[in-house]
Order: sequence, then C-alpha cells, then structure tokens
Amino acid sequence: MDGFPILSLMMAVPMAGAIACLFVGANSARWIALIATLVDFVLGMALWANFDQSGGGAQWQFQEYAPIFGKFAWALGIDGIALMLIALTVFLMPICIGASWNAINKRVGEYMAAFLFMEVLMIGVFTAQDLYLFYIMFEAGLIPMYLIIGIWGGADRIYASYKFFLYTLFGSVLMLIAMMWMVHEAGTTEIPVLMAYNFDPHVQTWLFLAFFASFAVKMPMWPVHTWLPDAHVQAPTAGSVILAGVLLKMGGYGFIRFSLPMFPEASAQLAPLVWGLSMVAVVYTSLVALVQSDMKKLIAYSSVAHMAIVTVGLFAFNQAGIEGAMMVMLGHGLVAGALFLCVGVIYDRLHTREIARYGGLSINMPRYAVLFLFFTMASVGLPGTSNFVGEFLALMGIYQASTWVALVCTTGIILGAAYMLYLYRRICYGEQVNADAAAMPDLSGREIWLLAPIAAVVLWMGVYPESFLKPMRPDIRALEARLAPAAPAGDSKIKMGAPKPAGEAHEEVHHEEAPAHGEAH
Amino acid sequence: MIQLIVLLPLLAAAIAGLGNKALGKLPAKILTTGALFISCALSWPIFISFLTGSAEAHVTPLFTWIQSGSFDAQWALRVDAMTAVMLVVITSVSSLVHLYSWGYMDEEPDQPRFFAYLSLFTFAMLMLVTANNLLQMFFGWEGVGLASYLLIGFWFRKPSANAAAIKAFVVNRVGDLGFMMGIFGTYLVFNTISIPEILEMAPSMAGSTIGFLGHRFDTMTVLCLLLFVGAMGKSAQLGLHTWLPDAMEGPTPVSALIHAATMVTAGVFMVCRLSPMFETSQTALTVVTYVGAATCLFAATVGTVQTDIKRVIAYSTCSQLGYMFFAAGVGAYGAAMFHLFTHAFFKALLFLGAGSVIHAMHHEQDMRYYGALRKEIPITFWTMTLGTLAITGVGLPLIGVGFAGFYSKDGILEAAYAAGGAGTGAFLVGIFAALLTSFYSWRLVFLTFFGKARWAASEHIQHALHDAHGHDDHHDDHAHDDNHHAPATGTGGYHPHESPWVMLVPLIVLSLGAVFAGFLFHDQFIGAEGGIEFWKGVLSFDSHLMHAAHEVPTWVKFAPFTVMLTGLLIAWLAYIKNTDWPQRFVATFTGLYTFLLNKWYFDELYNVLFVKPAFAIGRFFWKFGDVGFIDRFGPNGLAALVVQGNKVTRRLQSGYLYTYALVMLIGLAAAATWAMTR
Repeated sequence: MDGFPILSLMMAVPMAGAIACLFVGANSARWIALIATLVDFVLGMALWANFDQSGGGAQWQFQEYAPIFGKFAWALGIDGIALMLIALTVFLMPICIGASWNAINKRVGEYMAAFLFMEVLMIGVFTAQDLYLFYIMFEAGLIPMYLIIGIWGGADRIYASYKFFLYTLFGSVLMLIAMMWMVHEAGTTEIPVLMAYNFDPHVQTWLFLAFFASFAVKMPMWPVHTWLPDAHVQAPTAGSVILAGVLLKMGGYGFIRFSLPMFPEASAQLAPLVWGLSMVAVVYTSLVALVQSDMKKLIAYSSVAHMAIVTVGLFAFNQAGIEGAMMVMLGHGLVAGALFLCVGVIYDRLHTREIARYGGLSINMPRYAVLFLFFTMASVGLPGTSNFVGEFLALMGIYQASTWVALVCTTGIILGAAYMLYLYRRICYGEQVNADAAAMPDLSGREIWLLAPIAAVVLWMGVYPESFLKPMRPDIRALEARLAPAAPAGDSKIKMGAPKPAGEAHEEVHHEEAPAHGEAH
Repeated sequence: MIQLIVLLPLLAAAIAGLGNKALGKLPAKILTTGALFISCALSWPIFISFLTGSAEAHVTPLFTWIQSGSFDAQWALRVDAMTAVMLVVITSVSSLVHLYSWGYMDEEPDQPRFFAYLSLFTFAMLMLVTANNLLQMFFGWEGVGLASYLLIGFWFRKPSANAAAIKAFVVNRVGDLGFMMGIFGTYLVFNTISIPEILEMAPSMAGSTIGFLGHRFDTMTVLCLLLFVGAMGKSAQLGLHTWLPDAMEGPTPVSALIHAATMVTAGVFMVCRLSPMFETSQTALTVVTYVGAATCLFAATVGTVQTDIKRVIAYSTCSQLGYMFFAAGVGAYGAAMFHLFTHAFFKALLFLGAGSVIHAMHHEQDMRYYGALRKEIPITFWTMTLGTLAITGVGLPLIGVGFAGFYSKDGILEAAYAAGGAGTGAFLVGIFAALLTSFYSWRLVFLTFFGKARWAASEHIQHALHDAHGHDDHHDDHAHDDNHHAPATGTGGYHPHESPWVMLVPLIVLSLGAVFAGFLFHDQFIGAEGGIEFWKGVLSFDSHLMHAAHEVPTWVKFAPFTVMLTGLLIAWLAYIKNTDWPQRFVATFTGLYTFLLNKWYFDELYNVLFVKPAFAIGRFFWKFGDVGFIDRFGPNGLAALVVQGNKVTRRLQSGYLYTYALVMLIGLAAAATWAMTR
C-alpha cells in the first residue's frame, strides 16, 4: 500500500459523510453515518493488516507529506501505538452510531455529522506528524463533543458542557505557548524530529508542565477530574462511549508521544508528582465511586481510577509499565465504553440513572445480565480480560520503580471489585422491587450486536494480547531506550547477603542493574 | 490428553451457559456431567502412572499469553506428581458433585446456569494446578474466585447470598493484592515468573536483602510472605477467613466442591508448589506455621458452638486448612498435600451428607431442629459417620490402620513434633484442635441423627407440612392454625425421605475415599522413602523429617488417639447422655460462649475498621473534596468571576461563555499561524 494516502482517506470518508448528513433526513443520516463508520472500520483493519509489525521496518509508516504554508504541513504517519488507538477509534465508532439509532430523534443529521466530524479529528490526533496539526486536531476535538453534550445531553447539559470546555481549554493555552517555543528552538514542527531533540533540561521542566496542564485535564488526573463525571452524566450514551473510549486516551497518547520522549529529564524529575497524583486518584476516586447513586457517575469515577493506572504505568519508565499503560488504555476504552452502553440500554427503557430504581434485572433481562456481568468483571480486571493484561503490566512496571506506588495503586483491585460488584448487585441481583424495571424487555438484536463484538475483543485481548502488544513493541522499546538515561532508579535494589560464597559475587551486579534499567535489553 | 482434561469442562460450561434455556435442563446436565466424568476418567491413569513411578513431569505448551520485554508468560499445562494429585481430587469430587446436583438442584428452574458455573469452576481450578508460571496460577486463582462469587450468589434474589458473594470476592482480592505484589517482586528478583526457573534460582538468593516500602528486608522473606498473603485469602486463614462461613449461602454441592475440597486448598497447593522458595526463608516458614496453627485453633473453637450444620463444617474446613498450613510451615509438605488429598474426600462427603440431611429436612439447616434422623435416612447416616470417623482420625496407633484422616492428620502432628521449634507449639495447638474437632464432629452427628426428633419447631418443616396440607385439603383452615402452635419437640407429623440415588451414589463413592485413601496412599505421600520416589523433587520433600516423624515417642503417637476419644466422650455425654449440659455450660460461661458464637467478633471489627470508614471517607471525598473544594474554587469560582466580568462587557458581547471560548480558540489558531509563518 505504498504511496496510497490511506490515512487521509480514513479522514476523508467520515468528513464526506459528515457533510452529507447535514443535508439529508433523519433516517438517511443514520444510514450514511453507519456506512461511513463501517467503511472507516474496514480501512482501519486494512491499515492494521498492512502495517509492518516486524520491528525491522521504519518506525513511522504510511507517511504522507503535503506542505501547506511555511513549516506547517499536512504531515501524517503512524507507529504501532497510533495504529492501536486508531483501531480502537474505528471499532467504537459504528457502535456509537448504532447506540444512537433510536435514542436520538431530534436534529439527527447534525448529531451524526458531529460524530463523524469527531472521528475525523480523533484519527487526525493519532496520525498527525506536525506539531500544529496535532494541536488543531487535539483542540478542535472539543467542539463536536461540546455540541453533543450541549445539544443532545441531559437536563443539566449546559453546565456540564461549559465545565468540560473550560477545563480542557484551560490546559491547552499553556500547551500552545510551549509548542511555539519548541518550534522556535528546534526549528521544526515535525513530531518525529522533536521526539529525538534534546531540549535543555531546565527548560524541559517548564515545557513539561505546560503540556502536563493539558494532558492531565484530558486524562483526567486528580484533582482536575471533576468535569468528567458531569460530562458523562449529561452526555447521551454514545457521547459517553466515545468520551470514555477515545477522548480520555488522548491525554495518555499525549504523554507517550510528547511528554516522555521530548522531555525525558523533566519527566523523570517530575515523576514523583505524577505518582503522587495517581496514588491519590486511585484511592480517592475509587472510594467516591463506592458511594455514588448515579450509574454513570460511578463508572465515570472508576474511569479516573483506571486512568491513574495508565499514568503510573507510563511514568514507570520501563517497557512493562508503558506497554501496560497502553493496554489499559485500549482495554478501558472497550470496557468503559461497553459499560456506558449497558447503562444506556436500561436508561433508554426507564429514563433514569438512579441505581435504586433498578434491581433484579437478572430475572427479566438475563441476556443483559450476562453481558453486564462480563464487562463488570473485565472492569474489575479479571485475568482473561483485556484490563487485567494492562493493569498487571502497568503495576509490575511501577513496582520496579517504586514499591510504595505499586502497593497503593494495587489497592485499586480491591476497591474496584467493591464498587463494581456493589453496583452490579444493586442493578441485576436481588428481588424485583420496582414494577416498571421488572417489566423492561431483554436486549434487542441491535443491542446485542453493539455489545457482543466488544465482549469478543475484550476476551481476545485478555487471552491473546500478543496481537495488540506486537505492533507497539518496537515503538515502546525505542521509547524505553530514549528514557533509559534519565529513568529513576528503583527502590528495591537487591544486595546479596554476606554469607554467600564469593564465587557468586557477579550476581550482585546483574541484580543491582536490573531494576534501574528495566529488563528489556 | 491433559488438554482434554482441562478444556472439556470449559467447553461444557460455555455451551451450557450460553445455551442456557434454549439448550434445556437435561442436555445441559448431561453435557457438563459427562464432560467431568470423562476428565475424571482421564485423570486417574495419570495419577496412577505417577504412583507407580512410570511417569515423568512434563509441560504441554499452548500459546503465548503476555510478553513484555523479558517478561514472558505462556499458556502451558504442567503435569507432575503434585498436579496429578490435584487432578484426581478436582475431577473426582467435581464429577461426583455434578452428579449429586442432579438430585439436589432438581427443583431449581435455573439449572443450566448452575451446571455451567460448576464446570467453569472446574476449568479454572484445573488451570490453577497445571500452571507452569505464576501468572497462569493467578489466572486460575481469580477464575475460581469468579466461579465462587457466582455460585455463592447463585440464589441472587437472597440479599444474604449477594452480600456473601461480594464479601468472598472482595476479601479474596485483599489476598490477591499480596499475590500480585509477590509476582511483581519475584519477577524483579529473578527476571522470570516460570515456576521451575524460580525454584531453581531461589536458593542462590537466600540471605540477600531487598528494598521494600522504604525499608530493607530479607529478599526471600518478602517474596514468600507477599505470596503467602494470597494463600491466606484463598484458603481462609485467620484474618482473611471471614468470607468462608458466609460462603455457605451458596447451594450445598458448591460448598462441598469449592469451599471444602478444592478451591480453598489452593493456598496450600501454592505453598507446596513453591516449597523450595519457602525453604529459603525460615522467617516465612515460621509465619506460615503460626498462622496455620492459629487458624486451626480459632476455627475449631468457633465450630464447637455453631448450630447451622453447614457452618460447623465450614469452620471445620477452615481448621483443617490450618493443619495443612502448619504442616507446610514445619517443612512437611508431603503431609500437607496428603491431608489436602484425604480431606477433599471426607470433607466433600460431610458436606454432601449435610446436603442430603438438608434435602430430607426441607431446607432446614439448624441442627437444633434435627434429631433422630438415623432411622429415617440410613444411608446418609452411615456415610456421614464414615466421614466423621475419617475427619476425627480414628485408627489404631502402633498398628497403623485407620481411616483416611488418621494417616494424614497424625502424620502432620508427628511431623510438627519432630520438627521442633515453632513446630512444637503447632503440635500442642494441633492436639488441642484435634480434641475440638472430635467434639464438634460428633456433636454434629449426635444432634442430627440421635436423640429425640425436634423437627416440629422448625419453620421450614412447618412450611413443608403447610404446603402438604394445602395440597391435600384445601378447605381445612384449622390445619394452618394448628401448625403455628405446634409443640417444640416431636416430629410434627413430618416424614423425612432418604435422598434419590443420584445423591447417594456420590456419598458412597466418597466414603470409600474417606475409608481407604489414607491406607492406600500414605506411603507415597509421606513415607520416608516412598515420598522421595513419588514427589521426585516437585516439592521439598524432607525425608529426614519424615523419618523423625515415624520415630516420635509413643505418647506423641497416642496423643491424637486419646484426644479423639476424649472429644467423642464429651460429645456423647453432652448430647446423648445429659442433654442439659450444653445449656448449663452456656449459663456458666456466658461470656466465652457469646465470644465463640460471634466468631471472635471479626466481622464486627472489620465492619468498624474497613467497611464503614470506606463509605464515610468516600462520601467525604465526594461532597467536600470534589463538590465542596475543587469545583467551588475551580470551574464554579471561575464562572462567578466571568459572570462579574460579563457585567462590564455585556453591551459589547453576547455574554455566553462558549462564545468567548470559541473566540479564544480562533485567536490562538491565528497566533499559531503567525508563529509559523513569520
């Protein structure tokens, strides 16, 4: 597929669909959106199939370059990390359209157009190789999401959309200033070049903080997470799916693409800050999730806790941690998306998110109960599901850097089990206390078609994650090598005991080195 | 062949579970039970080939699971002597429990789901015991936890069952936290999680130190204790035991399979599997010994006062697991595995027997409403008696012939005495616990099968009678009233029926195990020479310790026998001879009785220490952290400021914040353009 501009095509298809949707009736708009997203899904799979995973080839593949003016160019290209996030995006998009099929019945054309435009921008974020192009895509992504919440959202949508916009825009101002300085300093807008550019360590700290302001909000990290529960609660189901599924991953992608490779010294220096915020986030938001009476808020808070595992994994500075962080992002994208779909299913029937209004759904909705249980268990991180692979690797990675951080963050598996099983019990188990909830019909064929594919991928990712780890491996290895000189030493340095025979002294060297530099060499 | 053994239950579970109602009850039952019997039939030849010494340990690789840098976890099925032991235990008990459930769950409308869960559990347990690396073991570990959660909460309409299911899962997760940290640490130290490689390298790390949570500790002690926390959770050891008695909310066949014979022994299996690792840390072994002994004593004391027949057996299980752990702690891993093996048979038997009693007594579980069932359900009575003879360790010391528990429990006690050190304390505790074991086991038998019938006072029996009347005579309202004023003792006109043959056959087969498992296999498991040949180094078999255990003083050999008889005598005196003794005991030692009845107040303590604070702190963080602080001074405060500013600029602008935001964005884009093109 050399020379064929597949990445541009993947953005052109939904763009064309978005424009078409604005001029047709409701039903046509639904079909156009579904077909456009399915075409993009097929293109995405073709992209994956043609991606050279051997690690022997170029890091950046499917590159396109078209100068626009000055240094600014339509520069696209992907590595394995971007490939996986694009795959996640194009996989979730048709599901989002399907989830909105009956739930949205006002301004359908505009709604579908907003979604398709968002797909353009999300693919743009993951493919952009030009710093400013990335910035435009990254920030413009706010607009359709803002509209989706503000127009098609719940009762309190205006407050939520404003909060969402204000929070996320706040960080981006600082990021733009930092970007301009960087372009001035390095003389290029090309991201691959900047990733290898060595900025002065003193300046790095400021640059890092400027980017951090933006990415931390997007993640979201504690304490700038409070927009997320409100945005989720007010967003329509599909909006929540794409918000949890893809938009939250942009923060993690930003860390992995910019903060870590461009400012390795500052990353290492400020790692304790990230660890600290993440540790607070895991415990704090998990406990908050435990006491929620609104389903969507509960899952939103659980998202913050899961994203904290991503940040500790990334700032473990080793391969296991970063690969784990990526797997958590992919797994969480699927599982949290599916959980929001599950909430949407019963919200469509009863029009309330109040947990206490449900109960005993296993009796009248057995199929729903099975799928909801599956995603609950995946969210809890049961081995054999996608989330376990990620959480395990991320926590194992951070253990090599700090045992304290690992211990505190691993408590997330206990708290996560508590709040998710408590949620599941209140919704699906017990007696049928509410007559209207007891009368709800089981999943329709359409709803099964939305959830079953996600379940299949979650299982695939849990049992054979190699399909997903392999494309990312060379990139993450390169990143680890880039970080190695700055990476902080672990706190579990092994010292061989005095009673050991002198002949085994060489062991000491090996083990002293191991935690500090990771195990990948 | 091993693939078939492991994967058949998974296949059956998937078909029965997903097919569910569409598949129908009978096909689901035939499929799952059939798959388990095939697995069982394939497992015994493997075990026998290890018994005869003709088989070698081997690993069947499947495919890659997780790879990351030098971290490499493969799906693989390992078969060695330890796996072979577990294979026969799991598949035998599981297939019998499947069969038994045909009868026990006969009235249940949701049978495909039940059988699918049972088979799923069996698959996860088989993955656990065939693991060749720590991560696959953890997969099985969590898989059995999932199945346990689902089966405890099988009757999901019951609030108590739901609470017990969540409790089981969450408490186990506390243990899993330790297990996961242990895996992280092990990988950090050894750069691999392959069990054989770790065990090979472990001795070279003895005496080294490692940083952990800001302090320096002995490396192997840290790793072993972290992993042991996992074992404590799964095997319900003191501190993390609170879920096991509550797990009795699940259907009784589940209690027999999961909470007696197999899953709860996973912790013991893990310690034995990693025994060369534990051997490198005397501190860790001492902790294992003390925790085991403490659990053994604690659970036995609580078991003596419980009135729910299943809870008595549950505490008995907890106590027996304590025996297995302190056996491992003193280095007698063979004895631990042996007790695991025999215990699986006689404890599954006792649970299934209890299920048969409950079935006969129309779901009544309180022994205070039993009595005189000996003649009504004779086969259940005789098989449970055999089980009781096995658990109390009836046998003839010196001659060395007895029931299964006689070989395994006495083996543990003798090894503990021979080991000395912490073992001596464990020995004394174990002897005392054996007295209690004998007492509560015979108490159960006497209360259930002997004495006078006390059925009439039972609500469940009343329901049964009421239903019968309702069906027989629709117009007799007086029968209804009469039942509510029934006398406290007597049969109340109820006639218990012996269970159907599908339930009795498993009881009879398991009684064979309870009678002969010790006699047949003790030489291979704990014989000083036989053990070496059987285990072939897969666990740290200490031949010297076993020799010493065989040569302990005669009084040590007679001690378990004596306390067994004493316990029997006390139980006989208190529950057959002088039935007012228990009341007088309660009146005299009210404090002690209340303390034991309330299970040493662990649940209350944990509720105050963990559960309530978690909710309170969560609410605090939410209301005062997020809403009261971050939002108040963050976006809302900013909004208030903007509104103030708007008052000034209202005439010029529309006043909508998002307009400003969009203007800002456009401005920024313009600035960016300028920066690039200049």
